[in-house]
Amino acid sequence: MSDEIKRGLQSPLRRKLLMGAAALPAMALLPRLAFGAGPPTAAVNTTGLAVTDTEVTVGILHSATGTMAISETGSIQAEKLAIEQINAMGGVLSRKIKIIQEDGASDWPTFAEKAKKLLVNDKVASIMGCWTSASRKAVLPVMEQYNGMLYYPTFYEGLEQSKNVIYTGQEATQQILAGIDWITKEKNAKSFYFIGSDYIWPRTSNKIARKHIENFLKLKVVGEEYFPLGHTQFNSVINKLKLTKPDVIFTDVVGGSNVAFYKQLKAAGIDLSKQTLLTISVTEDEIDGIGGENIAGAYACMKYFQSLKNENNEKFVAAFKKMWGDKTVIGDVTQAAYLGPWLWKATVEKAGSFDVDKVAAASPGIEFKGAPEGYVRIHENHHLWSKTRVGKAKLDGQFDMVFETADLIQPDPFPKGYQ
Amino acid sequence: MFGDYSIGDLGSIFVMQGFAGLILFSVYVLMALGLAIIFGQMGVINMAHGEFMILGAYVTWLTSSAFQHYLPALFPGYFFLAMVLAFIASGALGMLVEWGLIRHLYKRPLDTLLATWGLSLILQQTYRSVFGAREVGVELPQWMLGSKQITDTIEVPINGIFVMCLTVMITVAVAWIMYKSRWGRQVRAVVQNRIMAGAVGINTEKVDRYTFGLGCGIAGVAGSAFTMIGSTGPTSGQLYIVDTFLVVVFGGAASLIGTIASAFSISQTQSTLEFFMSGSMAKVLTLLAIVGILMLRPQGLFALKVRK
Repeated sequence: MSDEIKRGLQSPLRRKLLMGAAALPAMALLPRLAFGAGPPTAAVNTTGLAVTDTEVTVGILHSATGTMAISETGSIQAEKLAIEQINAMGGVLSRKIKIIQEDGASDWPTFAEKAKKLLVNDKVASIMGCWTSASRKAVLPVMEQYNGMLYYPTFYEGLEQSKNVIYTGQEATQQILAGIDWITKEKNAKSFYFIGSDYIWPRTSNKIARKHIENFLKLKVVGEEYFPLGHTQFNSVINKLKLTKPDVIFTDVVGGSNVAFYKQLKAAGIDLSKQTLLTISVTEDEIDGIGGENIAGAYACMKYFQSLKNENNEKFVAAFKKMWGDKTVIGDVTQAAYLGPWLWKATVEKAGSFDVDKVAAASPGIEFKGAPEGYVRIHENHHLWSKTRVGKAKLDGQFDMVFETADLIQPDPFPKGYQ
Repeated sequence: MFGDYSIGDLGSIFVMQGFAGLILFSVYVLMALGLAIIFGQMGVINMAHGEFMILGAYVTWLTSSAFQHYLPALFPGYFFLAMVLAFIASGALGMLVEWGLIRHLYKRPLDTLLATWGLSLILQQTYRSVFGAREVGVELPQWMLGSKQITDTIEVPINGIFVMCLTVMITVAVAWIMYKSRWGRQVRAVVQNRIMAGAVGINTEKVDRYTFGLGCGIAGVAGSAFTMIGSTGPTSGQLYIVDTFLVVVFGGAASLIGTIASAFSISQTQSTLEFFMSGSMAKVLTLLAIVGILMLRPQGLFALKVRK
């Protein structure tokens, strides 16, 4: 508690410095444009979207309440930051972005209902939203029926592609394969043990990981275990780990179970500095709840870490903390959510139109050089080209990046040989 | 599956597995004790039980942060104070809830289900607004982390031992209060016949309030202890509520012994099955067994013999 007080004392000064630092380049390079100086509305909006000469409406659709609020809060924050920054630069086609935020309330039918409301009643030009695959699957038919545009931020299992969705997170092969290759070489690993929560994303991801390990690397998977969502007792499986002694524990446990798993692993005396553990479900956000001391030494396979050292990221982290407080951390999905509004802006400007069909058609090849994760580009299949990175968790809850792929990895939502 | 291992290895694993079962047992008892009092003794279906636990967890988190910054020297011992504070906070909230909500519903026990479910939603959103939607990490003193090495190959989690001791102490205390103390007799009298209990001079309102407070207070202590093994977030309470009801209902609602016996059988089944098959299958089989037994014995394992 007094930590906050201490930080409170320091922060006015720091905040001023940060504000100056963040604002300088923007002001020097981009004089504030007057909203309304763009092309006439009739030309850029032929399908009756909520676009005026000075404004364009965009929807944000995440869970601000319910179980998933834990994860989705970061995405909401990132999207609002991006939109604020875009507005400060003069908006999209000289129109200020107005946000209508709806709450999916961690309930999938609610997501579909709210998506319909945003498209039919509010006529939003695009929606930044969804987090779990279940919510995306619920929203997808609505997006396709009413021809909307969804920017979806979470890394997910793949096996999907739609004209009406841009996937700004990684699909499974992009997230996993390079990481497994690296850890196999680095740790000279021969055997893997999978532990996941029991739903589509861990099961699909593990299936891909297993095929890769058995068919391509010719190594062994000695165990594969799933636990119901919300499971809190892992002592039995930890004993199995002690018995089988795998070279690598590969985990995709989510939610409250995640916290319980790492706390109990630590308590059972499994030392992550000696036992290699590779996870695809722990970002800086999750470590907040798990506690750095319980997970330090574990490796995580992501495309973004808050600690990435590049100019874009330093600016992004500073701006994020200025807007949402010094204590907030930024995880992989939060960064991917930040990309959504920027990619949409770039696409609209390339298409010269807000029309969904034109935006969808113009999407492939859109680049964003200002991405905190570095350069990204939209592939023909509406996923992003991005790098795979491996980070090692530290006591303070941040990751040290220990590996990144040299090139961008091509998104492959329907991987051959992995089905 | 055991072909490749030495006898020594297997022996240690079975010992550790035994401990895992005992730890799970303690966790279940600790979870269920508060509810056993409220549901078992008072007949109130308290769906907000998990939220009372999480209040205890948040109190623990606040205490740990306070100690870290104001009294770092005493940090190793903060947990004991945190548990006391958790008991007081959850107990006080429980009494408030009893006064404001529950006491109007004693004649309509099924409605307590709806009312307390609403209460649980309100509490969840309150936690979210006050503490933020993200989970908080409760920092533990060094001595509570890690495991105790018993032999070269056998090690037991320290937090598990801690939970076991705590469970034994609280169970003994509750048993004494309920079955030996004067106040416990009053509680049981009120449960059996409210009007007659009032007629012989027991202040039934006061008894109700303190009983509910005690149940919630114990939930708070459980929540506090579970910061060692689980997550602390606005909706973490939901993780426990199903198992808690399962234990209490399976044991037979009005029986403390029943709660303990049911926690023991469920935890042993669960942890043994989990060792031999995947977690999801273990859960399915455990639940199936419980459903089967409850079909044959709807009153639960142990039930008071009453004239119908």
